[in-house]
Amino acid sequence: MLTIKNLKAQINGKPILKGINLEIKAGEVHAIMGPNGSGKSTLAAVLAGRDYVEITSGEVLFMGQNLLDLAPEERARMGIFLGFQYPVEIPGVSMVSFMRTAVNEIRKYRNLPPLNSSDFLKYMREKKELVEIDTQLTHRSVNEGFSGGEKKKNEIFQMAMLEPKLAILDETDSGLDIDALRIVANGVNKLKSPDNAYLVITHYQRLLDYIIPDVVHVLYDGRIVKSAGKELALELEEKGYDWIKREYQKI
Amino acid sequence: MKSTFMHDIAIDNLKALFNQLENEKQYQPDWLFHLRSRAFENFLIHKFPTKKDETYKYTSLEPHFSGKLTYLSQTKCSNINIDEVFKCDVPSLDTHLIILVNGWYYASSQQELLHETSDGLIYGSLREVTNKKPELIKPYFAQSSRTINNFLDDLNLSFMQDGLFVYIPPQARLEKPIQVINLVVADEAVQIYPRHLIISESSHLTQILFCDHSLNISPFVMNGTMEIYLKDNAKLSFYRMQNAHNHSIQLTNNYITQSHQSEFKSVYVTLHGGVVRNNIFVQINGEEAKNSMYGLWLADKNQHIDYFTHVNHNKPASESNQFFKGILDDEATGIFSGKIFVAKDAQKTNAYQSNKNLIISQNAKVRSKPQLEIYADDVKCSHGSATGKLDDDAMFYLRSRGISHKESCQLLMFAFASDITNQIDIDPLKEEIETLVDKRLRGELSRCNRCSISCT
Ligand SMILES: Nc1ncnc2c1ncn2[C@@H]1O[C@H](COP(=O)(O)OP(=O)(O)O)[C@@H](O)[C@H]1O
Ligand SMILES: [Mg+2]
Repeated sequence: MLTIKNLKAQINGKPILKGINLEIKAGEVHAIMGPNGSGKSTLAAVLAGRDYVEITSGEVLFMGQNLLDLAPEERARMGIFLGFQYPVEIPGVSMVSFMRTAVNEIRKYRNLPPLNSSDFLKYMREKKELVEIDTQLTHRSVNEGFSGGEKKKNEIFQMAMLEPKLAILDETDSGLDIDALRIVANGVNKLKSPDNAYLVITHYQRLLDYIIPDVVHVLYDGRIVKSAGKELALELEEKGYDWIKREYQKI
Repeated sequence: MKSTFMHDIAIDNLKALFNQLENEKQYQPDWLFHLRSRAFENFLIHKFPTKKDETYKYTSLEPHFSGKLTYLSQTKCSNINIDEVFKCDVPSLDTHLIILVNGWYYASSQQELLHETSDGLIYGSLREVTNKKPELIKPYFAQSSRTINNFLDDLNLSFMQDGLFVYIPPQARLEKPIQVINLVVADEAVQIYPRHLIISESSHLTQILFCDHSLNISPFVMNGTMEIYLKDNAKLSFYRMQNAHNHSIQLTNNYITQSHQSEFKSVYVTLHGGVVRNNIFVQINGEEAKNSMYGLWLADKNQHIDYFTHVNHNKPASESNQFFKGILDDEATGIFSGKIFVAKDAQKTNAYQSNKNLIISQNAKVRSKPQLEIYADDVKCSHGSATGKLDDDAMFYLRSRGISHKESCQLLMFAFASDITNQIDIDPLKEEIETLVDKRLRGELSRCNRCSISCT
């Protein structure tokens, strides 16, 4: 589904991603861990199409298409979803009109007719129940005045609404208490299918107790320096990242 | 040299017009003629403001008065198909509908020029009340407007003929809003000077909506004056939508005079207009009065929108709030200059002012000039001004959900505007204006598209 080949990228002339290789197949869950500042969010930003990151080499194929040529909205319509580490507050744009516009844009891309008001509200209600998000939140402006946990749950709700093929969740677990974490993880597990895939960026092993990854990668200094099964997450939890850094510096 | 020349043409034209109207005896009654003469003399002394005049630094109006502008002594358009005009009305909103055509109060032969209710409420044509009940208006007419030197009011008073009149006595209640449709229908370039007078003594809320429209695209200069007097405890909300075409020069002079514990709220929405200058002067002359003003302008192409506010707190413990927002695209210019003045005895004044502008194109221009002049020591006053582009993070967030660049801009611009449209307390009107704002931002609105009347 997604193939990243030797991807290098910089921000303001400073190299951040220094040659990323990654292959994700439908039905898989990949976790990316790694110390702060190693480039995890930058990788997510590149995949979603943020323009302050400049690609210097490499390629990214998504469903056989060259992803890097596409505008962010085109990627989203093809099925890329980014759960933001820091969701933006947008006062004055209601959740309902935001989601309705987004859902209908994506339906248009899939050659489906737009949902009318009542069908849309019904669809939204179903998804809200699925991800156990508070009804109040969808009556407000996008993320405005939401708590940290509410913002993260809102990301999962949007994911449920848009039914992406590849969801990239950037530290969706950070700042969540155990109940919220469970809600987020349950949402992901309910939406998981053989046709979609997840790239879960996280600091903590605890999320991976709920969302079982097929592969765990360690991103350090702009490179994936280690990839292994889910037991790697436990090892990192126990020993921290120093041993990885040492191993990496030896090379 | 060139500008001096234009100056002279404009002044000569206006002089000739004044003399002509005087000769034609259009200037009855005498007390009004007296006021007019003084106003016109004042204009001849001060003339048009030059660029050196701080209050007109960015907006030069003299060239707009120097072309050939026909003065309509009477409405030529007497056979308007009224049903068509009603289509301009806000659907599902029941109002007392008043139509002004080229500044003249419009009434078919079956209609009254003045409406009077059993509890003494009077509304209708200002010209009619000037002729029939002058004692009602004399204590107010031109009282607030003449305290401030304003050449536009000089000209309005010199040439005004008609407009809206509303009087609400104590205890009287207006059950539904008054909606004024201020139309321009002309097949040549015209100059129009409507004048309106609103007096409320009632603590029941009065709501007035005022819509400026043009029905064809001949250029015009409309220079209107509105005087509003709120006596003790009176409450009034005033909504004005400016949506005449982009060849028009729309000038408004709004004078609000408030007494003890009165409450005035106003929302201005400027959708179209070539050059728009809105002067808003507020005199708070009573304690514990409250004034809130909201303004929104959406300008593109070469539109030039200039809002000028002046709020005077002359008595203690009153409150004023000003929120003005502009969205500027293409080569458009948006100007806000606002002053809060707090007199020495106006202790415990609360005054706030904010102007925010959203710039869509690099070529759009914004000038924002807030001013505080405070002579009392125990007051809370603040002002702020900010001008910026659409937020990159918000744009990306919306686009990352599949929403196109254009639609994301649209959502954010509409959100920016909604701070102001949300202040409209009449729901059907709010929805109607939101629809118009949405269309305007999409470039789909040339003028109120339901209006399609013409002279027969
Ligand atoms: N918008 C930006 N402008 C400049 N530098 C940035 C920006 N975003 C990230 N960086 C830099 O890129 C590096 C990687 O950051 P990031 O991808 O956020 O790391 P992570 O998500 O792994 O913590 C850091 O050194 C950070 O300072
Ligand atoms: Mg990060």
